[in-house]
Amino acid sequence: MSRIADRFAALRRDNRAAFVPFITAGDPDFETALALLQALPEAGADLIELGIPFSDPMADGPVNQASYLRALASGMTLPKVLDMVRKFRKGDAKTPIVLMGSYNPIHAYGTARFAKDAAEAGIDGLLIVDLPPEEDEVLRAPAALHGLDVVRFVTPTSDAKRLDTILDGASGYLYYVSMAGITGTKVISSDETEAAVARLRARTRLPATVGFGIKTPEQAAAVARFADGVVVGTAIVARVYENVNAKRAALVANVAEFCSELANSVHAARGKDV
Amino acid sequence: MSIPPNSYRSGPDDKGHFGGYGGRFVAETLMPLVLDLERAYDAARDDPAFRGELGAMLKDYVGRESPLYYAERLTQHLGGAKIYLKREDLNHTGAHKINNCLGQILLARRMGKTRIIAETGAGQHGVATATVAARFGLPCVVYMGEVDIERQKPNVFRMKLLGAEVRPVTSGSRTLKDAMNEALRDWVANVHDTFYIIGSAAGPHPYPAMVRDFQTVIGNETRAQMQAKEGRLPDLVVACVGGGSNAIGMFHPFLDDASVAIHGVEASGDGLDTERHAATLSKGSPGVLHGARSYLLQDRDGQINEAHSVSAGLDYPGVGPEHAWLKDQGRVQYFSASDKDALAAFQLLSKLEGIIPALESAHAVAHVMRVAPQMESDKLIAICLSGRGDKDVFSVAAALGEKI
Repeated sequence: MSRIADRFAALRRDNRAAFVPFITAGDPDFETALALLQALPEAGADLIELGIPFSDPMADGPVNQASYLRALASGMTLPKVLDMVRKFRKGDAKTPIVLMGSYNPIHAYGTARFAKDAAEAGIDGLLIVDLPPEEDEVLRAPAALHGLDVVRFVTPTSDAKRLDTILDGASGYLYYVSMAGITGTKVISSDETEAAVARLRARTRLPATVGFGIKTPEQAAAVARFADGVVVGTAIVARVYENVNAKRAALVANVAEFCSELANSVHAARGKDV
Repeated sequence: MSIPPNSYRSGPDDKGHFGGYGGRFVAETLMPLVLDLERAYDAARDDPAFRGELGAMLKDYVGRESPLYYAERLTQHLGGAKIYLKREDLNHTGAHKINNCLGQILLARRMGKTRIIAETGAGQHGVATATVAARFGLPCVVYMGEVDIERQKPNVFRMKLLGAEVRPVTSGSRTLKDAMNEALRDWVANVHDTFYIIGSAAGPHPYPAMVRDFQTVIGNETRAQMQAKEGRLPDLVVACVGGGSNAIGMFHPFLDDASVAIHGVEASGDGLDTERHAATLSKGSPGVLHGARSYLLQDRDGQINEAHSVSAGLDYPGVGPEHAWLKDQGRVQYFSASDKDALAAFQLLSKLEGIIPALESAHAVAHVMRVAPQMESDKLIAICLSGRGDKDVFSVAAALGEKI
């Protein structure tokens, strides 16, 4: 079994949701981001989404976009993202890592070669925002060859017919985008999201994580009651930015503490009254 | 060499691909919208009522057909081929952009959309969108890079007069590509009521094909007008290429006429051997941006480079996917003209013909200044004069070191 499948199976046995933090690889620089990445499992991360910096992201809000630009300004590249994961894997063999980002850096790297190198670096899945099912075959074939999951998005605009298309070929888990919008701009409605996750459960055994618009431990807990995983991105990236002038250790400690609060809240959610 | 297709005009395929280019590289949130738009457009295109409504508006509101004008003094000055100008600068709003905006807003109305958004570079597409939005009483938001707002002030004010809200874009290079990023984000967030009028033959399928179709009125008219005036087709057709909407509209009706040479002219800014240019097809490489695979200006890591041109409308690091395919097929040849070339052409056409061209169109004129003298005097050239230059007088004055 893959690290992703292992992790969700274990979480199911424990009856708790996954806490899935998102950070941008290289924000504000390689060494700090690596230190933060290494601190995340200890802070309660069950799976980590690592952002590939891109100059022109289409689905990200201003906070994440600014983090990509900081990373690029510090010299981050896709080969260095792989390098970061290689270094992380020396100390952690179990926490799944999914790369999230736009397709063009992968296209420039060479899609087939990238799938091979990413798998060898210890990456478990790919979440490419501008590769919908109609266009992701180019990635899915080499990814499958090297045991990488290609995670697909489900959105509030996905009707039953669209869901057929999305589920046909989906692997790893599903990422339910809890609002029609860009990352980090609005607050989600947990009732609508719960109903949407219930519709997904009726159709697939793949775990359903929920992301976009979850900013606080309270919101994370509300989603953790019904979803298999809770993704928090923009709020964490904003924390990184708030500490960007602090010493590296202080930045990492501060962001890790915020992640711990989120993780505790997610992990305790199903023990609370619903 | 690959075998040429039976027709260069049959694309895209049903997934929106022109060979290896085009497609629908968008966030899943947008996919149902893009698919819905494709269905609605396919139905409208085949509906005589839609075509009739569009045709009537093009005639009475835009003022089509636009003249094909024999540029006698320019021809004499250059001393070679006979040069005709397709006068898209005489359209209502002063450029070819309105052809497409009318088509798209009629489609938006058909689809029941109540809010219009657009991106703009030079401001011509923004003005054209604001114009049709005003005409049909729909609220309109135009995204425009801060840098472009600064260099295209008259158009910014024009959009405001027309009732549109111009939202400055402060991210990235603060030019057209960033405005397009921002408009796509708005669309993602407001999918239920919003129609995004893309101004270039770029973006996800069906936009490149749809924008092309709405712009082919340029080439279709040129074809018929040249037949009427000269009894034959032109030997060379020329247009400037930024995203490539006026060019594809001019070129497409001629693609299967083997006797017609076709030249696209990109902006080479400070020069092709510098880093400051917008010559995507000449100097770029294939990649994925703004919903389509096409040529891009990018670095080795796939990060998008900033484009540069004195002309805001050509200042874009991508290009419509059909142009990418036509380049690879060898059917269209792509050249470039520098800022300096374009400024010279801008002045020459003003003085010789009493026509102040848009800086974008001046790139096409600049190319013809090079090639026309090499051609025999019985050869015919048709240039798409895509827009008028009133909007550019401030930036041209600045570039020439004159105060106004």
